[in-house]
Amino acid sequence: MKKMIRLMTVTLLTLSMLAGCGNAKATGSVSTDGSTSMEKVIGALGEAFQNYTGISFTYNPTGSGSGIKAVQEGRCDIGLSSRDLKAEEKEAGLNGTILAYDGIAIIVNPENPVTDLSVETIAKIYTGEITNWSEIGGNDAEIVLIGREAGSGTRDGFESITDTEELCKYRQELTSTGDVITTVSQNPGAIGYASVASVKDTVKAVTVNGVAPTEETIKDGSYVVQRPFVLVTKSGVELSDEAFKFFTYITSAEACDIISAAGVVPAYSE
Amino acid sequence: MITQQSRKIEQIHQDIRAEHKTHVEWKRRNRTQTIEYMIHGIFLLLGLITVGCVLLITVYLIISGIPAIRQIGLLDFLFGKEWASTASEPKYGILPFILTSVYGTAGAILIGVPVGFMTAVYLSKLASIKVKSVMQSAVSLLAGIPSVVYGLVGMLVLVPGIRKIFNVPDGASLLASIIVLAIMILPSIIKMSITALDAVPKEYEDASLALGATPIETYFKVSVPAAKSGIAAAVVLGVGRAIGEAMAVMMVAGNVPNMPNSLFQSVRFLTTAVSSEMSYSSGLQRQALFSIALVLFMFIMLTNAMLNFFLKREKE
Repeated sequence: MKKMIRLMTVTLLTLSMLAGCGNAKATGSVSTDGSTSMEKVIGALGEAFQNYTGISFTYNPTGSGSGIKAVQEGRCDIGLSSRDLKAEEKEAGLNGTILAYDGIAIIVNPENPVTDLSVETIAKIYTGEITNWSEIGGNDAEIVLIGREAGSGTRDGFESITDTEELCKYRQELTSTGDVITTVSQNPGAIGYASVASVKDTVKAVTVNGVAPTEETIKDGSYVVQRPFVLVTKSGVELSDEAFKFFTYITSAEACDIISAAGVVPAYSE
Repeated sequence: MITQQSRKIEQIHQDIRAEHKTHVEWKRRNRTQTIEYMIHGIFLLLGLITVGCVLLITVYLIISGIPAIRQIGLLDFLFGKEWASTASEPKYGILPFILTSVYGTAGAILIGVPVGFMTAVYLSKLASIKVKSVMQSAVSLLAGIPSVVYGLVGMLVLVPGIRKIFNVPDGASLLASIIVLAIMILPSIIKMSITALDAVPKEYEDASLALGATPIETYFKVSVPAAKSGIAAAVVLGVGRAIGEAMAVMMVAGNVPNMPNSLFQSVRFLTTAVSSEMSYSSGLQRQALFSIALVLFMFIMLTNAMLNFFLKREKE
């Protein structure tokens, strides 16, 4: 018993030691704060930047709104937002630089004759107003709504673009893009959404308002189920050397491959 | 005179030698004893690693699971029918998850136990040695298949199959997870039941046969009752496996937090509730996930206590 108490004490002490070393902030680092949807792309960029320059990089996934606020209050170097800056935010002296575009493809089973949907129809489908494919020119089959889990960036993006937040009546909530694609490819009545870069031949991406999701249509804005990934900075305040290096690095041509690999369309391709 | 003296000297020498010998022996014994103690200590330490892990996990789960329950309210948490963790007005009711886990496990037991039990009786009593060895290795193989493989096969074969057979819009449902779980618990039920049935003394069966009972009568009226606590332990082991499974059910259940009102509904289990939201969670949502894990932990503790109870009874 005595030994056990001693062991437990040792364990606790070790743990408290570990707990102590989490928050040390290194000098000369770049801090980013904001959109959770940008986790993958900014994480990949940050890692590459760290390997490239040795300057340490932090990312605080708090959401677009908090990221923008954090820049405004000077709590971070660069804010990350997965929506355009609002007019009043721009008036408050914030600058937005688009890093990339996140296109979300609406996918159906290849057997499905439906090839085009409007954003309004998509919203009606996902909120349960339209429940059968025959209502929109398809076969007589119930529409099976496939989505992602709460907290997923793709779900957040899809729901904010189609304006269906908290209204979607999902039949399945899957935890990865791959699972969504597999499930849609298995079920002739299914509809799902997935990041454009990961769509494969096993499913069919429908055109939205007549526009197919390609890199060009996403970039020129004609494919509407998309949102920008914005780097937010404060005008009139100079970036630190490290943050400036990071900013230049991630908007350079070198970073393009990393951005594409993260499943989004880079805004600077040359 | 001289001889007497030399004898005395000889005696003294002998004494010294003897003393030296006992001293060496004493030293050696002392050393072996130290090694003995050290090894004892090492073994104790290794044993304590397990105990320490259990304690650590328990303490950690309780510490991180309590705050959310306190904030949400125990009754609202356990009996709330709605789960919307990321909504603007979040709701944290886990009754759908609890019921799904209970129904799913019960369904898996309902299908898995009869099949597993009959298989065990056949393998233990009726099968020829050849058949027994082949089938037993097949059962072991089933136990070794990773759960993600069960999930994958379920997703690609079972889910579309259910959709076509029952003519429902989508096959990912409570039924699909029950079937996957039933198959997953088969090996533990079969193996444990075989062990219990094999341990029934042959004299019992001989006596029954000598009294004129047929072999089947003997197996079901003598062997099975004699092995019943072992078989009950097998069932509880199955419950434990089914209630704790996450990966396979996540791939076939659909994961929508519905109340499980129908077999063909998309449902979310306690395990999948934790694993599907953990990666993006923060704040109260994350704490609530820990609370779900705590509830799950309680369920598993309960099944373990039941298992111990049955195993103890079998020993007596």
